[in-house]
Amino acid sequence: MNQKKQKAIRLLLSYIVILLMIIIILYPIFWIVGSSFNPGNSLSGSSIIPENATIKHYQELFNPKESDYLLWYWNTLKICIITMVLSVLLVSLTAYSFSRYRFIGRKNGLMTFLILQMIPNFAALIAIFVLASLTKLLDTHLGLILLYSGGAIPMNTYLMKGYLDTIPRDLDESARMDGAGHLRIFFQIIMPLSKPIIAVVALFTFIVPFADFILARILLRSEEKFTLAVGLYQMVAKQFGNEFTLFAAGAVLIAVPISILFLLLQRYFVTGLTAGGIKG
Amino acid sequence: MKPLASVKKRKKSTTALVLSIIPGLGQLYNRQAVKGLLLFTLVIAFFIVFQDLLRYGFWGLFTLGTDVQYDHSIFLLAEGILTVMITLLLIGIYAWNLYDAYKVGVKRDNQKKVNGLREQYHNLIDIGFPYLMMSPGFLLMLFVVMFPILFVILLAFTNYDLYHSPPANLVEWVGVQNFIDIFNIPIWRDTLFSVLAWTVVWTLAATTFQTALGIILAVIMNQQEIRFKKIIRTIFILPWAVPAFVSILVFAGMFNESFGAINRDILGFFGIAGVPWMTDAMFTRVALIFIQTWLGFPFIFAMTTGVLQSIPNELYEAAEVDGASIFQKFKSITLPLILFATAPILITQYTFNFNNFNVIFLFNGGGPAMTGQSAGGTDILISWIYSLTMNSAQYGKAAAITMILSFIVISIALWQFRRTKSFQEEDMM
Repeated sequence: MNQKKQKAIRLLLSYIVILLMIIIILYPIFWIVGSSFNPGNSLSGSSIIPENATIKHYQELFNPKESDYLLWYWNTLKICIITMVLSVLLVSLTAYSFSRYRFIGRKNGLMTFLILQMIPNFAALIAIFVLASLTKLLDTHLGLILLYSGGAIPMNTYLMKGYLDTIPRDLDESARMDGAGHLRIFFQIIMPLSKPIIAVVALFTFIVPFADFILARILLRSEEKFTLAVGLYQMVAKQFGNEFTLFAAGAVLIAVPISILFLLLQRYFVTGLTAGGIKG
Repeated sequence: MKPLASVKKRKKSTTALVLSIIPGLGQLYNRQAVKGLLLFTLVIAFFIVFQDLLRYGFWGLFTLGTDVQYDHSIFLLAEGILTVMITLLLIGIYAWNLYDAYKVGVKRDNQKKVNGLREQYHNLIDIGFPYLMMSPGFLLMLFVVMFPILFVILLAFTNYDLYHSPPANLVEWVGVQNFIDIFNIPIWRDTLFSVLAWTVVWTLAATTFQTALGIILAVIMNQQEIRFKKIIRTIFILPWAVPAFVSILVFAGMFNESFGAINRDILGFFGIAGVPWMTDAMFTRVALIFIQTWLGFPFIFAMTTGVLQSIPNELYEAAEVDGASIFQKFKSITLPLILFATAPILITQYTFNFNNFNVIFLFNGGGPAMTGQSAGGTDILISWIYSLTMNSAQYGKAAAITMILSFIVISIALWQFRRTKSFQEEDMM
């Protein structure tokens, strides 16, 4: 009897905590979705369930004449995808070298990577700004892509090397016996076996430019080159109160596809991070 | 006769080494004409391509320009760094040239056969392959990671600010003056210490809360009797799934003092007067820690859930036989196992929040403004550096503070990593 009572109390408490958390998590989400359907521009007189809901803010965002929103979306996707492809290529080549070859500077190189991944590269934002203006890459997407790809190398190389180390070396050696060259071993033996970690690295390097605000803000000047993060911030910073519903619609349009994508791929994130973290 | 032979033996290696002072000549002497020619061309090409840089680079680096009309100190500094990097590369090639000539010379002294062109090529591919593979990534990193770091380190020793800024003025080397100023001039010192104090509180509070919440929720969700696990877990992951910059901006709207939902709908509902979330530093800090907890716990939650599912049930059954209470089981079985498995990640969470620029800047721009200091009330080191650079043009000081910040992060992280197992495994390093 007593044990049953204890169990009931335990479960009741658990459900209360869960319910509370669900409210805290969902409230901001419902609030922003509700705001985006509110007819007015500002939030005064709005409510979570608007009386005369409207999709005019969404229409405004999709109208290229009224806003650059679609352009920002396109810019962001472009930068993310190119960064992802470039980083995966560079990271796999570097990680493979570190995992399979013993060469002068290997140990120091790994140590340097470990230290470099702790300092975010935007800490040196003055230097990045000067470098970009020296190389005329200010206000270009190429500059951003190079920055993201270069910045992704230390951490992701570490992650990928940890995984490659678990692939038995006998495989390469027997391939070498059969006369396969270095590149062939890399592309035909190692790469197919490292698909899971490639997926993880691809996800990480896709998400970083998407979520980044500071580098894009330093580098990009003209509004038609903005990424979503910078554009949305600009929208808010210009006149927070007066365009809030428009901002809300923009926020919803970013959050929905990315969240769905994320939830589908979520387990890769966890395995990737824990694999990298625990193994090295 | 014997000593003479050994003198003779060493002769070819020494000659090759001496001849190699002109790159390639030693190789030519070693009858490796193609290699010698390639080396020679490489070095000459280097000098021709970079002749201007090599001529003016060091001068620019040392003087930072002498004539305001023609010299742009900051560009000279950047070019100086490039010159140093190129020179190091050149020295590397040159050293290899000497080493190679000597080594082949020794081979000849010992009457061994010198590698033919074909073998040289294969050797190059075999030994050089890892370098070849890494070179694209390495080159990119040289520019976007190494160069900025070197630049900031050097900048910390200049007086680059609004009043010493090209093209109107020249920048000068000032030694450690920036560091002295930061610790000596009251407004800088006070700001540094108050920012540092808040950064530490912020890092500890935000990370600890998000970790604790994530672990607690994972443990709650791991009870067998809980229903609808899948959907609840998905909801718990949601804050991680929504891009952080979107959530932060949304929260900035919710906490807005005039129209935000927190003051108007929630506190208003309970009849509490509006709270100055954005104008009182204390309240902004509370809001920020709340937001970061909201943003950060799902990751810990997801990870801990994975760990919990891998804990064998027998452990708990054995504990139950011994009469352990729920709390005892959590304290002695669950928590140690979670912490053991996730320790490295937890460390990265601390360093992440230490540099969590986005949440601080997007929520309230580091504000509200404070009297008696040059940073906002919620500025952490990284956002203070940002505003020093972008708003008040205190580049030299900002660079000095960046160095202080990097020093803190690296020493803590290295100290922590050294204690974890993975760091000590021979092959990992």
